[in-house]
Amino acid sequence: MSTPDKPTHGGARPGSGRLQREPSKVVRLPVSLVPTMQALIATRDFPGGAMLPHPGASRILRPLLGHKVQAGFPSPADDYVEAWLDLNEHLIEHKDATFFVQATGDSMTGAGIQEGNLLVVDRALEARHGDIVIAVIDGDLTVKRLEKRRGRIRLVAENPAYAPIEFTEGQELTIWGVVTSVIQRIKR
Amino acid sequence: MSFALVDGNNFYVSCERVFNPQLEGRPVVVLSNNDGCVVARSAEVKALGVKMGVPWFQLKDLAVRHGILALSSNYTLYADMSNRMMGVISRYSPSQEIYSIDECFLGLDGFPADGLAEMGQRIRQQVRQWVGIPVCVGIAPTKTLAKLANHCAKKNQAGTDSVCDLGRLAADDLTALFERIEVGEVWGVGRRLSEQLAGMGITTVRALRDADAALIRREFSVVLERTVQELRGVSCLALEEVAPNKQQIMASRSFGEYVYALTDLEEAVSTYIARAAEKLRRQHSLANAVQVYIRTNPFSEKQPQYQRGITVPLTHATSDTMRLTRAVLWGLKRIYRPGFAYQKAGVMLMDLHGEDQAQGVLFAVSAPARPVLMDVIDRANARWGRGTLKLAAEGVRKPWQMKRERVSPAYTTRWDELPRVN
Repeated sequence: MSTPDKPTHGGARPGSGRLQREPSKVVRLPVSLVPTMQALIATRDFPGGAMLPHPGASRILRPLLGHKVQAGFPSPADDYVEAWLDLNEHLIEHKDATFFVQATGDSMTGAGIQEGNLLVVDRALEARHGDIVIAVIDGDLTVKRLEKRRGRIRLVAENPAYAPIEFTEGQELTIWGVVTSVIQRIKR
Repeated sequence: MSFALVDGNNFYVSCERVFNPQLEGRPVVVLSNNDGCVVARSAEVKALGVKMGVPWFQLKDLAVRHGILALSSNYTLYADMSNRMMGVISRYSPSQEIYSIDECFLGLDGFPADGLAEMGQRIRQQVRQWVGIPVCVGIAPTKTLAKLANHCAKKNQAGTDSVCDLGRLAADDLTALFERIEVGEVWGVGRRLSEQLAGMGITTVRALRDADAALIRREFSVVLERTVQELRGVSCLALEEVAPNKQQIMASRSFGEYVYALTDLEEAVSTYIARAAEKLRRQHSLANAVQVYIRTNPFSEKQPQYQRGITVPLTHATSDTMRLTRAVLWGLKRIYRPGFAYQKAGVMLMDLHGEDQAQGVLFAVSAPARPVLMDVIDRANARWGRGTLKLAAEGVRKPWQMKRERVSPAYTTRWDELPRVN
């Protein structure tokens, strides 16, 4: 749309140039304040009296509560927030001494240990009679039940197909650790 | 003042033996990256006179004759076993300085002096049972003496059952013991310093302890003077419980096979810088410059030799993997020359400072850093394994990757490599 007395080319374009809302002013700032001021300017429409975060602010972690904030009615569960259940905590008593191993073979099926099961082994425990242990036999790691009775030490399989291993006086038995849990995944 | 130094015996070999008892009592060595040199020896191998750092190919005959078994280094396993060992030892004192992967100092101030050796035995017994690693314990009034006490325990020169408390030795016995130990065994006295000291007639620990401290300071350094004081039982070195942030971070590897093409070098360098940047972020620092270097094999005399490095200054200090990668690739293009068989590349992050001390940029718009993205990458890689999330620049096949042909499983850190029991 054009009129004869208003040229369509050249001249000021609407919206160009400095904003004319109000006059501006040059300010000197300490260098360290520049980022803060820039952040302040970037927000432009900040409400009067608003506080801006310091650019180098430290973080403080707060526990995440399990309910939504409801104005007026505090959750009755507020004082009952508990930690998430952690299986590590349940299965592991001595973190530095606990190792996972994988069972192979069928020598301990009678004790509920199947091929492929994950065994939690705690090396901090002193092996006692009746414990399921990891022992070193001929340089290999093996899982068996430990029997210590009347001075007799045996490693017993929980499967009649395997004979117990007897230790006589002078023969050294190295116990690698004590099995504290068997973890079996259900196939689906 | 009192300190203990707890040190794992033949640490890498001992870690391997925990999960492979077949290695017990047999001569075993662990080789460096690319299966090059001996970095750990079992007692049986030491008895054969094999020195640290010997190239494996020079040992082939001896290995066949004595049945020496060689393993590639499995640093994943050693780091995990180290953490466990340090965890057990930390139960014995509120102050612990982890000095290296296999040794740490304990501060023992306020512990009854007559019970320290017995406590050393308990540490030894507990680390052995819980983690499976045999350790020696040295106890003394200074860190330098604790180191020496540990040496004595290891060589069975003093103490009993791998524990040595120099604080319980009578003055005459201590002097006689120091008379028998070469000065080169003192912490911080290397081969060159030993030679120089020998020139002054100082060949034993006793001679260094009784040397004129002022003279030592004049002829050598204030550092060695401090060592003299420490040998006299005057504690000059405190425990450093928090490791100071690194001033520069390096990542370099030699290749599994020679590399010729720029694209392969680019992949390698991108991989190294990603690793270095992760370490940089872990210590909450930013880098102001990055160096990249490449070289051929200096031991291969037939091949033409080339080596060159370049430092790339950054306009804006950063820990952003993408920006650092762009900088090293820019540098690499400038130093790369075709026609050479490259054997090694490396990167170094330099001029580091804390994240909170970043300076603004004057004449450029600062490119947006991506702290959230970097954080996600670091977390994903920590949870699902290194390299889960990476830049495509790192490449996929990585034919240049180092060779570890005799590496044992990651027994403690991978579900599919757990020890198997029958």
